[in-house]
Amino acid sequence: MSSVPLIQVNNLSKIFADADNKVIALNDISLKVNEGEIYGIVGMSGAGKSTLIRCINRLDIPNQGEILYRGQDILRMNKKTLLQTRRKMGMIFQQFNLFMQRTIAENIMYPLEITRVPAKEAKERVKKLLDIVGLQDKADAYPAQLSGGQRQRVGIARALACEPDLLLCDEATSALDPMTTQSILSLLQDINQRLGITILLITHEMAVIRQICHRVAILDGGKVVEEGDVDEVFLNTKSEAGKRLFGVLPETEMEDLGYPTLRIVFDGAAAEKPIISRLSKETGVNVNILSANINHLQGKTYGQLIIQKPEDENEVKAVTDFLLEEGVTVKEVNKQ
Amino acid sequence: MSWDQLWPLILEGTWDTLYMTIPATILSYLVGMPLGIIMVVTAKDGIRPKPTLNAILGVIINFLRSIPFIILLAMLFPVTRLVMGKAIGTTAIIFPLVISAFPYVARMVESSIREVDKGVIEAAQSLGSTDFQIIGKVMIREALPSLVNGAAIVTVAILGYTAMASAAGGGGLGSIAITKGLNLRKMDVMYTASIALVLLVQLITLAGNYLTKKINHRKR
Ligand SMILES: Nc1ncnc2c1ncn2[C@@H]1O[C@H](COP(=O)(O)OP(=O)(O)OP(=O)(O)O)[C@@H](O)[C@H]1O
Ligand SMILES: [Mg+2]
Repeated sequence: MSSVPLIQVNNLSKIFADADNKVIALNDISLKVNEGEIYGIVGMSGAGKSTLIRCINRLDIPNQGEILYRGQDILRMNKKTLLQTRRKMGMIFQQFNLFMQRTIAENIMYPLEITRVPAKEAKERVKKLLDIVGLQDKADAYPAQLSGGQRQRVGIARALACEPDLLLCDEATSALDPMTTQSILSLLQDINQRLGITILLITHEMAVIRQICHRVAILDGGKVVEEGDVDEVFLNTKSEAGKRLFGVLPETEMEDLGYPTLRIVFDGAAAEKPIISRLSKETGVNVNILSANINHLQGKTYGQLIIQKPEDENEVKAVTDFLLEEGVTVKEVNKQ
Repeated sequence: MSWDQLWPLILEGTWDTLYMTIPATILSYLVGMPLGIIMVVTAKDGIRPKPTLNAILGVIINFLRSIPFIILLAMLFPVTRLVMGKAIGTTAIIFPLVISAFPYVARMVESSIREVDKGVIEAAQSLGSTDFQIIGKVMIREALPSLVNGAAIVTVAILGYTAMASAAGGGGLGSIAITKGLNLRKMDVMYTASIALVLLVQLITLAGNYLTKKINHRKR
């Protein structure tokens, strides 16, 4: 990773104000996106995620702060440099935003058309992009004839047409069902790994972050309340917003039971299967469930389970290993 | 009146009607379409907001639109004479037709282009499009079915105005229905000319609907 971050946001603030009310959408945000990584920004609805990502390619103009792209301030660029920089940053949207009157090939062709790429070269590139997103047979279809997942693939291909080095994703999977979400996420991961394109994505789903992001920032009320490596942030969530997003009760709301417990966190990554009933069977440990707060959302499991920590260290290990294997996280709390 | 007499009259009237309607429609679009686009682009939420310009143009458009055609026709006599060489006749009336129709066209175009999803325009911006590329390659292209539909409606409206051409010595089916039919108590002439007018309107509407459907790729 190079020393100059691809994107550096410094003290960014954005206020939406009209005659009688004022919303501070972004409040002194600073963060860095390094070249080659998948950086996730997660937050509840209204946290300011869309505003932030839209400021990055100057679709929205912040009131304060700077956004450096390879050290150059996007907010102070002249129009021409801005347009050239935007071409280096592809963007995909929750609602796909495809050109409905253009065929799929013509949609992907658009960025090449406006940058005057010679027709022959453009055609070849469109073909290659259709290959990358797996839509070779849809070149002459119109967006209205495609499913949501296919439309998002077109959006991705269109965003990649000008060979950007950054892909901005605004809730790219939120309009899709779980299966399709998975396929789009692995496509993004593939693009990041194979083409080396940096990805900045925003989402309200922790599972998306867990699945493909390297680093994460948690946004709450227009502020970055937590930032770091995904595993780190996930296991040591400190902020209230983070805990809410992970479906975890804030520790303050937990009764001190007077003995060690294990907190098992379901973040949506684990499949929906009877993990707990198998836990006892397969590990032979008698599990004492103290509290459970599990929700099923779109075929995924979110929430937490508090169990009494077994006294035998081997049993603790067996339980933790089993759970980690299943894709859930275990954390010890109420240490005496 | 016998068919042999009626037929050439209707044919000539149809020709005159089209002779007024088609150039007036085209010229109205030449003026009204850019105006409509400017209205969208300079609006508060447009891609290049210019609130003052937008407000001024809006007032002018509304003012022109609120003057009844027959009054505009009279008011414009001196200007028409200046521009067209004479104030009355089938050719001269094209000028007042354009003046009265272009603000209407501007509003039609404005509303068609406003229908284009803001998200799609944002996507085009995110790809580094210039404002002109957005207008030409995104706004107009995406709004095309609606623009075509609007053009059919505008054509029919202008066709309706041409019926008042008789007031300025112009020809056309409407004029024939009034001057050679109604005024001379020749009801057969009046009805035939009117029916021809209705058929013409139907034809334009059907063609408009057909084209609109054919070029619309939004639904399937
Ligand atoms: N154009 C605008 N005018 C006024 N307020 C706005 C505007 N856009 C956003 N806001 C406000 O700014 C805040 C942040 O909005 P933003 O869309 O960035 O949230 P978000 O995190 O993307 O939410 P969601 O998950 O629902 O998309 C919200 O309170 C919103 O109401
Ligand atoms: Mg949003």
